[in-house]
Amino acid sequence: MATETASQPLVTVYTPVSPFAEPRRLIRDIRRDFSASTNLAWRLFLRNLNSRYRQTLLGYVWAFVPPIMTTAVFVYLQRSGYFSVGSVQVPYVVFVLAGLVLWQVFADALIAPLRMVQQSIAMLSKVNFPREALILAGMGEVLFSFVVRALLLGAVMVVYGVTSGWTIVASIAGVAALAGFGLALGLLLTPIALLYHDVGQGLPFVLQLWMFLTPVIYPAPQSSSGLWLMLLNPTAPLLDTTRAWLFGSTPQFLGLCYLSCAVAVLAFVAGWLVYRLALPIVMDRVIT
Amino acid sequence: MDHQPTVVVEQVSKKYCRRLKHSLWYGLRDIAAELTGQDRHGEALRPNEFFALDSVSFELRRGECVGLIGHNGAGKSTLLKMLNGLVRPDKGRIVLRGRVGALIELGAGFSPILSGRENIYINGAVLGFSKREIDAKFDEIVDFAELGDAIDAPVQTYSSGMYVRLGFAVAAQLDPDIFLVDEILAVGDISFRMKCFQFFLDLKKEGKTIVVVSHNMIDINRVCDRVVVLDCAKKIFDGSVPSGIATYESLSVRRGDGTQQRAVNAAAWIDKVRLFDSAGNPCEQFTTGEELVAEVNLVAQSRVTDARLIVHVMTPSLGTLGSFASPHKGFAFDIEPPGLGLRFRMPKLPLLIGSYSLTVSLYGSGIKDFLHAHTHAATFSIVAPAVDTFGYGVCHAINFEHAWELVDFDIEKKSLAS
Repeated sequence: MATETASQPLVTVYTPVSPFAEPRRLIRDIRRDFSASTNLAWRLFLRNLNSRYRQTLLGYVWAFVPPIMTTAVFVYLQRSGYFSVGSVQVPYVVFVLAGLVLWQVFADALIAPLRMVQQSIAMLSKVNFPREALILAGMGEVLFSFVVRALLLGAVMVVYGVTSGWTIVASIAGVAALAGFGLALGLLLTPIALLYHDVGQGLPFVLQLWMFLTPVIYPAPQSSSGLWLMLLNPTAPLLDTTRAWLFGSTPQFLGLCYLSCAVAVLAFVAGWLVYRLALPIVMDRVIT
Repeated sequence: MDHQPTVVVEQVSKKYCRRLKHSLWYGLRDIAAELTGQDRHGEALRPNEFFALDSVSFELRRGECVGLIGHNGAGKSTLLKMLNGLVRPDKGRIVLRGRVGALIELGAGFSPILSGRENIYINGAVLGFSKREIDAKFDEIVDFAELGDAIDAPVQTYSSGMYVRLGFAVAAQLDPDIFLVDEILAVGDISFRMKCFQFFLDLKKEGKTIVVVSHNMIDINRVCDRVVVLDCAKKIFDGSVPSGIATYESLSVRRGDGTQQRAVNAAAWIDKVRLFDSAGNPCEQFTTGEELVAEVNLVAQSRVTDARLIVHVMTPSLGTLGSFASPHKGFAFDIEPPGLGLRFRMPKLPLLIGSYSLTVSLYGSGIKDFLHAHTHAATFSIVAPAVDTFGYGVCHAINFEHAWELVDFDIEKKSLAS
C-alpha cells in the first residue's frame, strides 16, 4: 500500500505488489505513519488508563499492588529457605525487586503489541488508522507501569539504605534496551500469534520459564555452564548489566550486553517491518 | 482536475479461503512472500480458495454517489474495505484521488465506561483529528448528536440510537473527497435518518464522491444516482438506479425460481407460465399502467373438473402484494388429458418500478384439492416511469389511483379551542 503526495491532490494506490519493491517509498511511508500515529497513540493510552481504573475505588493504587505482591512472595520464599541465591551485594529484597521490575519491562513490552492488536481487532478490521499507534500506545502503558514500579523500587532502596551512583543514568539506557528488545520480539511474534493461537497459549509459560533462565531472582551465574546461559539469552546480560548500573556496582558482562543491544536493534528493525507488512495480510485472514 | 475520475477500480480481484486451516497456512506463506518481495500468487486459486471479487472495474467522478448493491456474500463489503485500504487486492489496482473518509464503523475506539465527552476525543483521534480540531468542533458534534447533558454520562448508559448518533456526529466532521458508507442509513429514528440524508445530499452538492453499501433499495434510490450490482463476486450491472435495482431484485426472484410443490399423484400440474405484452410479443419488462398478458400451460394425466388457478403477485421486498383466483371472474374450466392452455390479462398494471413475480397454484374444485404450486413461475420488471423518494411523487410498490381537490374549511370547535 503506497500513498503518493506528489503534486497537489493526494493520490493513493493499492496494488498487490510488495512494498519492498519500492524501499524508498516504504521508508517515507513508515515515517509518515509514525508521525501521524502519535496523537492517536496518546488518546488510546489515556483511554486504556482511564477505563482501567475508572470503576475502582482505589484507583491508581492498584498499579502498585502487583510488584509489591510478587516481591513479597519471593522474599518470603527466600527467608524461609526454600531456595538459596548465594550472596548479593545489596539486601535481597532490593535485589529481587530490581530484577523483577527490569524483567517486567521486558515481558510487558513483549506482550504489548499482541495485547493491543487483539484488543483493537474490531477497529483494525473496519477503520483505516495508522497501525503504529497501537504499538506506541502499548509502549506508553509499559512505560507507565515501569514508572510506577520504579517509584516503588526507589522507595524500597531508600528504606534499605541502598545508594546508587551516576551509573543510574546508564541504567535508564539499559531499561530502554530491555523494552526495545521485548517490543522487537513482540512485533515479530504478533502476526504469527494472530494466525496461530498456539503462540498466545504458550507465551505465558515460555515467559515464566524464560524468567527463571534469566538472573532475575538470583545473581548472574559464575560457572561456565551459567556463562553459556548468558550467551544464549540476550535478555540476561541486558538485565544483569542494567541492575549493576542501578546499584552502582561493576557490570560483569558488559561486552555481552553490547552484543545484546546490537541484536535488539536488528530485531527491532525487522519487527517493525514485519508488523507493518504482515499485519494487513493477517487481518485479511483472521476477519473476512 | 474535474475530468479525472476520483476513484478508479481496475480489474480488481480478491481471494478468500473457506477452510480455516488452509487459510492460516496461506496467510503464513503470503507473509513470507511479502517479506521476501516475491509475487503473492494473485492469479491462480489455491485449493479451497474462491474469488470474493473477480475482475471488478469501475470509475467514479466528483459529485457522483454510487450504490453498491448485491446479496450477502456478493463482494460489496470486500470492495468497500479495499477502497478503505483495509484489504489489499490480490490482482488489479485501485487509485483514489483525494482523502478518503469512511462511515463504516461508527464510534470506533469508544470505551463504554468513559463519558461521551472523552469518547469524542478518542473516536476523533481514530479518524485522524487532533485535539485542537475536536475542541473547535466539539459543540457542533454535541449539537448534531442531540445528546445534551448526556454527553458527560458513560457511553455504556446510552441507547443504541444515542451511540450511533454520537458516532455519526464525529464522523460527519470529516471533510474528505471520497466518502465510504456502509449500511449506516439503517440506524436511528426517522428524524435522525432524514438528517443523515440531508447530510449526504449536501456532500453531493459539494462535489464529493460517495460510495454507499446498503440492502435498503429505498435508501439507495434516495441518495444514489448510479448503481453497481455485484453478484457472486462479479459486477453484473453498472448504470441507472431504477434499472440497477430492478436487476438486483430480479436476482432474488430468480433465486426463488423453480420451487415447486406438487401433490402426490397429481392429476394435473402447471407446465409453464409465459408473459406477453398487449400486442402478444413475449415480454418481461413493463411500464406502470401497461397491460400484462400471461399464458399458462397445464398438463393433465386424468380429467380435472372445475379446476381453479390462483395467481399471487409477489415482490422480493414486500412479499405477496395480492392474489386473484379464476372463479372470482366466473371463469370455469375442466382439464382433459393431455392438457390445456389458458390466458389471463392484467390491464393497467398498478405496479411501480421494481421486480415482481407471479406464483401460480392449481387446485381442483374443493378447498383441499391441491394439485400444484409453482413459486415465481414467471418474473417481470417494471422499468418506468421513475419514482420519487423525496415525497414529491409516487413511490414504493403500488400505484394507487387517487385525486385531489380543495374543500370548505371545517371549523371544528374542539381543535381550535386551545
